[in-house]
Amino acid sequence: MAKSLFEKVWDAHTVRSMSNGQTQLLIGTHLIHEVTSPQAFGMLRDLGLKVAYPHRTFATVDHIVPTDQRVEPFADPLADAMIQELRKNCAEFDVTFFDLPTGKQGIVHVVGPEQGITQPGSTIACGDSHTSTHGAFGAIAFGIGTTQIRDLLATQTMSMTKLKVRQVKVNGKLQPGVYAKDVALHIIRKLGVNGGTGYAYEYAGQVFDDMTMEERMTVCNMSIEGGARAGYVNPDQKTFDYLEGRPYSPKGAEWDAAIERWKSFASDPDCEYDDVVEIDGADIEPTVTWGINPGQAITISENVPTVEESPEEEKANVAEALEYMKLPAGSPIKGTKVDVCFIGSCTNGRLSDFEEAAKYVKGLKVAPGVKAIVVPGSQVVDGICKAKGLDKVFNDAGFEWREAGCSMCLAMNPDKLIGDQLSASSSNRNFKGRQGSPTGRTVLMSPVMVAAAAIKGEISDSREVFGINQLVEA
Amino acid sequence: MSLAKITEVKGQGVYVAGDEIDTDRIIPARFMKCVTFDGLGEYLFYDVRKTEEGADKEHPLNEERFKNASILLSGANFGCGSSREHAPQAIYRYGFRGIIAESYAEIFFGNCVNLGIPCFIAAKEDIAAIAAAVEADPSIEIALDVTNEQITYGGKEITAVVRDTARFALTEGKWDTIGELKEAADEIAKVAEALVYVTK
Repeated sequence: MAKSLFEKVWDAHTVRSMSNGQTQLLIGTHLIHEVTSPQAFGMLRDLGLKVAYPHRTFATVDHIVPTDQRVEPFADPLADAMIQELRKNCAEFDVTFFDLPTGKQGIVHVVGPEQGITQPGSTIACGDSHTSTHGAFGAIAFGIGTTQIRDLLATQTMSMTKLKVRQVKVNGKLQPGVYAKDVALHIIRKLGVNGGTGYAYEYAGQVFDDMTMEERMTVCNMSIEGGARAGYVNPDQKTFDYLEGRPYSPKGAEWDAAIERWKSFASDPDCEYDDVVEIDGADIEPTVTWGINPGQAITISENVPTVEESPEEEKANVAEALEYMKLPAGSPIKGTKVDVCFIGSCTNGRLSDFEEAAKYVKGLKVAPGVKAIVVPGSQVVDGICKAKGLDKVFNDAGFEWREAGCSMCLAMNPDKLIGDQLSASSSNRNFKGRQGSPTGRTVLMSPVMVAAAAIKGEISDSREVFGINQLVEA
Repeated sequence: MSLAKITEVKGQGVYVAGDEIDTDRIIPARFMKCVTFDGLGEYLFYDVRKTEEGADKEHPLNEERFKNASILLSGANFGCGSSREHAPQAIYRYGFRGIIAESYAEIFFGNCVNLGIPCFIAAKEDIAAIAAAVEADPSIEIALDVTNEQITYGGKEITAVVRDTARFALTEGKWDTIGELKEAADEIAKVAEALVYVTK
């Protein structure tokens, strides 16, 4: 019977049925970080259990690390306690830790792929909702809670209900100046922030075929913002090219066998999906959020919605979002003054994100009064960017080039908004207070759009600011 | 390890209005700088409950008449966003033992089941009616019947959904799955051996 990648991977990792009707699923690769794992290790100790398969867990530290100075102990004693706890846990339970001195530290969803740990046909879980990122490689990757982290540490399995599969096909070509981030925001806007509940999204179509691995990661990363617990792209030659030669990738004869095996996991052409959605790539414009969840998004040329013109069931949510964001209803979002600009995060903190933005900011200057920071997703990304001189391009333009970490995506480190500052951000969530101030405001967009906002000091159409040709080539 | 069979949860209610209440709002990230879940209840909904100086803002959880509530009512897609178990932990540690909402984000729902917190899915108008009853008289008892997927309050009865897997897990005392997962050690080893990635 023809099967989707999701079904093949699920079946290959099924241990048995649970009494509650769920599946006991084996997770081949478990990733952990300092925020959601310490309690799991604590529970393990309380129960007198060991880590069953320690070589299948990999740790890094990302949420709480300062990005401006890395001298230890950290100035924040709570943050320092967390990194120490992770060191202790990894040492005691024999878990590989990409710690700060290793040169491999970074955001867990950047580190996994760049180390070659993320592989097609695998199951991956991490106590972090953006674990869906790894689906870009044709892996099935889930965000989980701390109790499930404990379950994985103790048994390498967890209890889970099988997801349905929705194929999200984006056909045709993207216009110049339209990026993977716009595709992600467009999909969430169309399907809703909870439209993906109960589903894994299989991203397909010409637009995904044409994307680089890093672009695919950006879209898979934001699956969860549309309610889908997992999102994936079928593995292809780009997947294999990306993985070749990475530290944990198969080598020699094993490499050739791996490619054959990985190919076999791809969805069969005639498999049936629980749902199929088709989107025309040419319809996607540079997209920004105006509200307090990632589905509250508009194209850069649209106006902020009004309560009156919103559908009845949306009125209360629109009113709440407008009040929080302090944006004038019915007015263009373009021209909104920005205070802070942030390029980075597990969504857009990879080499190509910085290369693309650097291409346009070269020789320009950040607008006066705007704080602009650029945060590589990992120490490896940082090193490559520096070797290419990208840090200098950004520094010369008035951005601050920082050390690797989650930074301003989520307010667990010193990078935070102050008061009701408005941030143009390449991260993934615009929730109330997400960037560290209870009244701080976040506008999500692609890295190039953040760069344009930084240069102009206001939310702008990067195609106009940087003269990106809007015409689709014939 | 014997777990409680959670067949019914009774208590007073409080309605926290709104859709898409995300886990950052339930527990702001800065309070996750901890290595245990102890004391998280104090920070539940912190930024919407408290000013930056720590004074009370207008919020149902700050109202004396709702202080004894143990059933939390809210809107659609409750618990969306981050997978942080700190969110249901904060809800539980604050004193809530059951939730009624229109819908839930998936990771949050699963985390709640793992902690033995029943999450009832009810219709928007039913939640509005319960909220109105609670507003009129905060002392009324709301009873969540997990077995029969029913909610009774103030003499009224409505049908809700608990989802079969969650209902089974809660009512049979199997909401913490680690015991059952561990039993399959031999089967796990077989499936793991067949995997060719992340080999030692």
